[in-house]
Amino acid sequence: MSILVDENTRLVVQGITGSEGSFHTAQCKEYGTKVVAGVTPGKGGQEAEGIPVFNTVADAVKNEGANAAIIFVPPPFAADAIMEAADAGTGVIACITEGIPTLDMVEVYKFIKDKPLRLIGPNCPGVISPGKCKVGIMPGFIHKEGGIGVISRSGTLTYEAVAQLTARGLGQSTCVGIGGDPIIGTNFIDCLKLFKDDPQTEAVVMIGEIGGAAEEDAAAWIKENLTIPVVSFIAGQTAPPGRRMGHAGAIISGGKGTASEKMATLKEAGIRVVASPADIGDTMVEALKN
Amino acid sequence: MKIHEYQAKEILARHGVPIPRGRVTSDPKEARKIAEELGGTVVVKAQIHAGGRGKGGGVKLAKNADEAEQYASEIIGMNLITHQTGPEGQKVKTVLVEEGMAIQKELYLGMVIDRNSAAPVMMVSEAGGMEIEQVAADTPEKIITEVADPGLGLRPYQARKLAYGLGLEGDLSRKGVKFMQALFDAFVKNDCSLAEINPLVITEGGDLLALDAKINFDDNALYRHKDTTELRDLDEEEPLEIEASEYDLNYIKLDGNIGCMVNGAGLAMATMDIIKLAGGEPANFLDVGGGTNVERVASAFRILMSDDNVKGVLINIFGGIVRCDRVAQGVVEAMKQVKVDMPVVVRLEGTNAKEGGEILNSSGLNFVVAQDLKDAAEKAVAATN
Repeated sequence: MSILVDENTRLVVQGITGSEGSFHTAQCKEYGTKVVAGVTPGKGGQEAEGIPVFNTVADAVKNEGANAAIIFVPPPFAADAIMEAADAGTGVIACITEGIPTLDMVEVYKFIKDKPLRLIGPNCPGVISPGKCKVGIMPGFIHKEGGIGVISRSGTLTYEAVAQLTARGLGQSTCVGIGGDPIIGTNFIDCLKLFKDDPQTEAVVMIGEIGGAAEEDAAAWIKENLTIPVVSFIAGQTAPPGRRMGHAGAIISGGKGTASEKMATLKEAGIRVVASPADIGDTMVEALKN
Repeated sequence: MKIHEYQAKEILARHGVPIPRGRVTSDPKEARKIAEELGGTVVVKAQIHAGGRGKGGGVKLAKNADEAEQYASEIIGMNLITHQTGPEGQKVKTVLVEEGMAIQKELYLGMVIDRNSAAPVMMVSEAGGMEIEQVAADTPEKIITEVADPGLGLRPYQARKLAYGLGLEGDLSRKGVKFMQALFDAFVKNDCSLAEINPLVITEGGDLLALDAKINFDDNALYRHKDTTELRDLDEEEPLEIEASEYDLNYIKLDGNIGCMVNGAGLAMATMDIIKLAGGEPANFLDVGGGTNVERVASAFRILMSDDNVKGVLINIFGGIVRCDRVAQGVVEAMKQVKVDMPVVVRLEGTNAKEGGEILNSSGLNFVVAQDLKDAAEKAVAATN
């Protein structure tokens, strides 16, 4: 199984003719993802990386049966690109773009809320089901197919966790980078629900960071609903309050959203919380022994 | 992005939010003139971004123009220390001189974008003038909130609920509704991330006024507000952070002595954390980002080295799309330009890590090569102490 994307995923790349878009199209294709179409308004009828380009996502869906979208469109146009993919009926939309205005995402969120789709991100590395399909910018070669589900608000820190798992022989079912912005389409709980129903997933790594209360909400849900082991790390234990640590959502405001608060709540919910990011792999090995 | 109180009030006034009469100046003589124009008691307020100005001695009540000039001359140029500035304080360049008010009651009104409902939310409390975080922690029932529909905005009935919740009645409740709708308009049209009127006051004359005002902007939306960008006050920012922002680097100066260069915000925070766990103190947060090239890495290296506290460097790169060999080239390039007389610990992992390691080894420069994240942190701490 795995979640969100697999061998049946037919991907359309929005912004395929840009430098990022074309580079990662080639990378996804090389990994084995079925990249069936690209979209750049005004360039319909052309080809990019050997893939047909359309003017609209609707055309890509109609002509190539695209059922998932990945977005590399610049921030001023990214919100509209998400809405276009949603309207065209793609079931999974991964928005890689960093720097979308928050009020644009407020509108996007309202637009997609009741539609049967999953928006991953924005400001995220995307999603990968190792051995099957990569819809994102993560380096494919560090992954290995297996039973660990990975959910994270960060990009390279996820790679760090994945590399530790792979080095210990622990493969991954699906790795989801949910994004570092304050408003995101898919949160920890959404992913946890999917992992719970996925027979391939035997354990979960959850990587959070300072800001907001998504980790606390996830802890409450895990306590009530999840029986498989969860290992968690929270980045930003040393971050000063009131400063945005790179990610727009990574900020301690009004004394809320600190790492220590989150770690305590996660521990109370029975989650194995590691203080050091270097201990994620070993702790998972231990968790699976018990 | 943050701005000064007087700038926030100017923006709010343009959207119809009532504010006290007054003007900003950097000249005590001008402060006297403003006080004379306003007549009667005036308030002289230091304009710095940090909060807690009153307690730090940056806000004074002047009974006449003489006092206004005297207070202005004391405050302008002073190093104002508040709980938000840190022990080094912030130099005051300008003061806002405003008419004094006979105040009946102080209230709180704030607005943010709520992560959970993914929508703008307005909050009010009768506990005005206090730290709202404290009110939220001690007496959460005293805060009333309304979530606005993104398409419809803050509807009049919602503003009425908030106004009545504040205990405003009759004419005051109508003024309250107008005030809140004006604030909402200002927030949305300017892409704010936070707007706070604390205190919102009821005057003896029965008016509602924004006695203080704080606005933060969404950095991601600044591209569509050129006029807002001009309000940025570089004197309020750390010089190294300004330089970093020119190279599109995410750099935040901290108090420790181990300079860090990392790709990705999450990994950069995690690297700071593991340094601390190993017994050291990070000197900075620095995310060199995704589209890293030789020049960017070299600039990043130069900036983190300009911090005098730095006694050792930890470079932690997990190459995904970023190639480790390019990062290695950038570091070697930078170390040729900048004289480095301190240990540099490098950990390269992921794409082209092997090639990167070879570049470092054959450079003739002195690197400490680390195997993994833990090893890197321990080596950096050991080399620095």
